[in-house]
Amino acid sequence: MSNEIKEKLITDDSLIQISICLGTGGVAAGARDVFNSFAKELESNQVEAVIKERKCRHKVHQTGCRGLCALDVLVDVLVPGMAETSYARVTAAMVPEIVQEHIINKKPVEKYLVDEAHHRFFDKQKRRVLQRCGVIDPEDINDYLATDGYQALAKALRIGPEKVIDEVKTAGLRGRGGAGFPTGLKWAFCRAAEGDTKYLICNADEGDPGAFMDRSQLESDPHSVLEGIIIGSYAIGAEKAFIYVRSEYPLAIERLKIAIRQAKEKGYLGDNILNSGFNCRIEIEKGSGAFVCGEETALMSSIEGNRGMPKPRPPYPAEKGLWGKPTNINNVETLANVPLIILGGAAQYAQIGTEKSKGTKVFALTGKVNNTGLIEVPMGITIKEIVYDIGGGINNDKKFKAIQIGGPSGGCLGESHLDTPIDYDSLVAAGAIMGSGGCVVMDEDTCMVDIARYFMDFIQEESCGKCVPCRIGTKRMLEILTRICDGEGVAEDLQNLEELAKKVKNTALCGLGQTAPNPVESTFRYFKDEYLAHIKEKRCPAKACKNLIKYRVTPDDCKSCALCVKVCPSEAILGGKKGVKAEIQNDKCIRCGACLSKCPTKAIKVVDNDSAAAVEVK
Amino acid sequence: MTATVSETKQEQKIDLAKLEDVLFHYRGFRGALIPVLQKAQHAYGYLPRPVIERIGESLKLHVSDIYGVITFYSQFRLKPQGKYVIRVCRGTACHVKGSQTIAEKISEKLGIELGETTVDLNFTAEEVACVGACGMAPVMTINEETYGLMTVGKATEAIDGYLEKAGSNLHKE
Repeated sequence: MSNEIKEKLITDDSLIQISICLGTGGVAAGARDVFNSFAKELESNQVEAVIKERKCRHKVHQTGCRGLCALDVLVDVLVPGMAETSYARVTAAMVPEIVQEHIINKKPVEKYLVDEAHHRFFDKQKRRVLQRCGVIDPEDINDYLATDGYQALAKALRIGPEKVIDEVKTAGLRGRGGAGFPTGLKWAFCRAAEGDTKYLICNADEGDPGAFMDRSQLESDPHSVLEGIIIGSYAIGAEKAFIYVRSEYPLAIERLKIAIRQAKEKGYLGDNILNSGFNCRIEIEKGSGAFVCGEETALMSSIEGNRGMPKPRPPYPAEKGLWGKPTNINNVETLANVPLIILGGAAQYAQIGTEKSKGTKVFALTGKVNNTGLIEVPMGITIKEIVYDIGGGINNDKKFKAIQIGGPSGGCLGESHLDTPIDYDSLVAAGAIMGSGGCVVMDEDTCMVDIARYFMDFIQEESCGKCVPCRIGTKRMLEILTRICDGEGVAEDLQNLEELAKKVKNTALCGLGQTAPNPVESTFRYFKDEYLAHIKEKRCPAKACKNLIKYRVTPDDCKSCALCVKVCPSEAILGGKKGVKAEIQNDKCIRCGACLSKCPTKAIKVVDNDSAAAVEVK
Repeated sequence: MTATVSETKQEQKIDLAKLEDVLFHYRGFRGALIPVLQKAQHAYGYLPRPVIERIGESLKLHVSDIYGVITFYSQFRLKPQGKYVIRVCRGTACHVKGSQTIAEKISEKLGIELGETTVDLNFTAEEVACVGACGMAPVMTINEETYGLMTVGKATEAIDGYLEKAGSNLHKE
């Protein structure tokens, strides 16, 4: 893992280095407490001769996302003369022991060390875009500079804009935000467009539920994105660039602001960058919570101060974009790839990947896998490798059911697709899309009809309402799906759903509407039996739809230990103590599963709610 | 059971002076409306009518146009928010791991629908788009605090703590 980058950073080998993940995931796991605890422990131990004798200075890094969120809080400890050690799931209470044993006594605390899963997680990855994430201090430009930072910019200014575009074209870089349009071509269009004033926009409105790649990139290595923006602006001939970022990402915004300020101070931004005569300014625009603003024409309306509603294309943004000027929009990850291409050369970049999809792709791997987190894989890797090698398999050894790729515009691929390679074209052929990189793994307990309903609910809420197919079509689709999940589906529902899906796909105005039926269509294609079970037998095979299940205690297995009674948030369990067997009141039970996981004898079972009657479906 | 604090009573207290610096900063600025609304909401906690009117006057926009923008974006609010804002993530990873049951329980516990505020103005509960901490799913946040790997039990416990802090008597109602 990024050892090369690490070596470049460590200039003083007498330095004890402690790296703590302070990304959003780490903070949610209590990283700030751990950070403070280290600071306190190190300070209070400084009086001891051991440290002073070694002439060690302590530098507690604020690193960004390491990617392996499932093991948060992850802490790396590097003591000169000792191998670097990583600790997993660190809490503040563990810190004194780590400081005492590892740093002072030079004995790593075995019981807290990362295990095999940690290594498997990194082995099949190719971390290039993420090479600095979790390694450098994102708030210090010197760390970025020490690891070849802004050298691609210097090279770009030397070779000229046309050559820059050529390199990006030759490298075969395709947009990482969704559809996969060739980036070099997009730049060439914008460069060729008439007009003195042009704009570049970095789309950091990462709205797909289940996706946090861009957030991590901005939090952990903001300069890589800035460098891509400056090179892109230079290539298309823009002197002003915008970063449109979700306001739900306060840490990313904060770090971008710091990065912009530092880049200005060092002369990589502003007037006459590196004496080339090229000027570039970057402004941050905060989104206000509208998923549709990820669509480029809607995003521009939003920057202009209007309701973020899409416009028909043509005219394309490359001719008439923001304020009517030629505009180029790229996603965060696309731009972060640019410095790699320019610095290493197109040929080297294109060595990784498949014929039509070059380079790597960053995914947010989440859901029911053992190792969740941020991953970067070479294009062409199979879904199986992602789920089983990097992801370490399914939680609790359950059965894999599906992987959802591409968020609300993507699809669910089942077991038969485990060998499908990850590249733009194979995914589209299978009924999903690359999307921005959300990758949610589902197991036998996930109901595919419920997932389709979930995404439709999301789209329905986020539809801007401008065009009828999306505004009303998705509403009708949601009604049908909700009905099916509630056990009230009727025979005609499937046909209607299919027909609506086709209509919305073919007639909606923008990408949001056109791709909205994808989750329905893909689940329909691969998991039709689940739809049928809901409608025909009023049964949820995954036992997830609440109207179609109930919890029942098997009296023979119940030991009356009262654990379920205590854990029940709805006071739905009678008895369960003093020798009386537990009994769940169906009407009070909210099916939260708390008792299920608590019961030491597994006496509580989820069963079909047989009260619903079956109907006939052809 | 939405916030029923008399709106007129609330709005009498609006001090428009806080707005002037923001308006001054953005004068002549293209596309100023959204950043101005964001800053105004930061200052007032929500967007009261007199504030909207003053913004319209300054940016030369119709109140109806501003209202259109406010209602388009989910982060703008026309009503005051509770002292503690509970947000349950409705991202895919959280959904798959049971966030909906957590959201329902919180709504039941506080006696409000999601998106509403308690009468005592102590709590607002809402579902939000992915907060981007999917590795810790299901996730909820209370003000700036992020809670990962939630269960219904842990969520109710956390809220009990805040209920006590706020001296809320919702329990007794």
